[in-house]
Amino acid sequence: MTALPAQQAPLAGGPGLPPVEDIKAKIEAGVPGAVVAVIHNASPSAQHSLLLDAEHARDVALFLRDHPDLRLDYCSLMTGVDWLDTETTEKVKVKKVVDGPDGSQQETEVEEVRKTKHPGYLEAVYHLFSMEKKHGPVILRLRTANRTDQTHLPSLTPVWRSAEFQEREAFDLYGIIFDGHPDLRRILMWDGFVDHPMRKDYVPPADDALHPGVHA
Amino acid sequence: MTGPLLELDSVAGAGEIMEVSMGPHHPSTHGVFRMDVRLEGEKVVRLKPVFGYLHRNHEKIAEHGAYLSAIPYTDRLDYLCSMTNNWGYCLAVEKLAGIAVPERAEYIRVIVAELTRFQNHAGLVGFLLQDMGASGTPLMYAFREREKVLDLFESLSGARMMCNYMRFGGVRVDCTTAWLDEVRRLVPALPRFVDEFENLLRANEILMARTQGTGKLPRDLAINAGVTGPMLRASGVNYDVRKVDKYGIYDRFDFRVPLGDHGDVYDRYMMRILEMRETVKILEQALRDIPGGPIIDPKVRLRGLRPKAGEAYGRIESPKGELGFYLISDGSTNPYRYRVRPPSMINLTILEDMCLGENIADVVITLGSVDIVLGEVDR
Repeated sequence: MTALPAQQAPLAGGPGLPPVEDIKAKIEAGVPGAVVAVIHNASPSAQHSLLLDAEHARDVALFLRDHPDLRLDYCSLMTGVDWLDTETTEKVKVKKVVDGPDGSQQETEVEEVRKTKHPGYLEAVYHLFSMEKKHGPVILRLRTANRTDQTHLPSLTPVWRSAEFQEREAFDLYGIIFDGHPDLRRILMWDGFVDHPMRKDYVPPADDALHPGVHA
Repeated sequence: MTGPLLELDSVAGAGEIMEVSMGPHHPSTHGVFRMDVRLEGEKVVRLKPVFGYLHRNHEKIAEHGAYLSAIPYTDRLDYLCSMTNNWGYCLAVEKLAGIAVPERAEYIRVIVAELTRFQNHAGLVGFLLQDMGASGTPLMYAFREREKVLDLFESLSGARMMCNYMRFGGVRVDCTTAWLDEVRRLVPALPRFVDEFENLLRANEILMARTQGTGKLPRDLAINAGVTGPMLRASGVNYDVRKVDKYGIYDRFDFRVPLGDHGDVYDRYMMRILEMRETVKILEQALRDIPGGPIIDPKVRLRGLRPKAGEAYGRIESPKGELGFYLISDGSTNPYRYRVRPPSMINLTILEDMCLGENIADVVITLGSVDIVLGEVDR
């Protein structure tokens, strides 16, 4: 999933919906200041999604829910996704001063491998449909700044109640903190549990560490 | 937040508040499920569902295996309806990888899915009446019928409940003519069973007094809370994924979508009865039209399937509601992200809203009318 090159043909929306660019344009016209990017999906499903900025996400959600043509009144699926930190390498030529064999200083060109780190992020994905117009899906994505200390996202439960348990689940299993959620508690794991098991780098503890005493 | 959470201090006579933990080992909870209920006298003033007792991180298990290896695990989600679970997952993989399904396999899928719907609804109605105190009889009637369907599943797939029958691109084994004849013998007898079953209690005065007006779910709240399946349609919303998405070959069948009016327990009970009748109609048409031919796309690679990087969301109308699977592929042999949209769990979101102000005894039948299976709620 990469950002869409500008010259490509318009990407289809879900069945019965305008192309995703049109939905993007509608959002940008209807919610001033909202930053929306189209995320291209190369799979045959052709379900492209819209990446929102966290600040305007709730306004955009309300806009999509109440827009007379879209009426996305039904949030079917809400889920978290974990994207790990990635690293890209590139080879660059650098000029360096080195000691020559005779002890003099020489300038030569050396090839160096330079590594760039891209911080990973947690993603919240919402699949919207319309029960009134019977179309969909429109897919929204929200991304946290990183995976460690800035994992806050606005909750969309005040817009679609169906996200209530599912956001709790994303909080429980991924550690996304939804600001504005009415009742953000663990839902599947028990209250004293500390980690987030659906994260890609999660290491499960040994069995006897989870249940001390059982195997003693 | 729409659900009014009553603070203890604001309730009149707050000294009389009693906290009850219903479950997790109570027969009315249909599994290992608990409700933290606060009562004022017999009236419910707060109710919080607590679950996760069966949690085994199904999604993580599926992300660690190949696409094929997740199919038997989907059987164990809603363990009464393994056939529809298989279908939902296979549909999502087919969307992700662009796989076509041969005609005969589509018909077999419809037949087994509708048989599943029939036995699920029969069982649910039996359990619901059991919850109301009609001890034994309706449930045994339902199970007698369910047994016949499970026998058919066993002779087709080798297992009664954990069928592991569908594959992306088709189904695992072909059905024989003898098997189809057996289904053709069973289906004409089903309407008579529904009549008999319905006449047991439908017009019973006690049943009507208990269920009519109980556990009401308003239409707008049902939509906003993502309630799906017979529960949503009992509140009068015409939304059936079989009609909306027309996945598989559902556009070829003539059937109606029954709708309720009041959104109470009685409507939800009637919805199941009416859907059983529509299911019989679909079965008759499918059994009449089923063609010969291959049952699986021969080009599909079951083992070592590597879909292009991308994502897909596939959904079907399972007996409980909209069952969806969301898959992200990174181009490798196992899904990067595998997510189940469990209808049972999302239908529980508004359990508190339906129960507030009701009597504690009605909580049992309101929960019974939601139709949950904890294998799917907890995953």
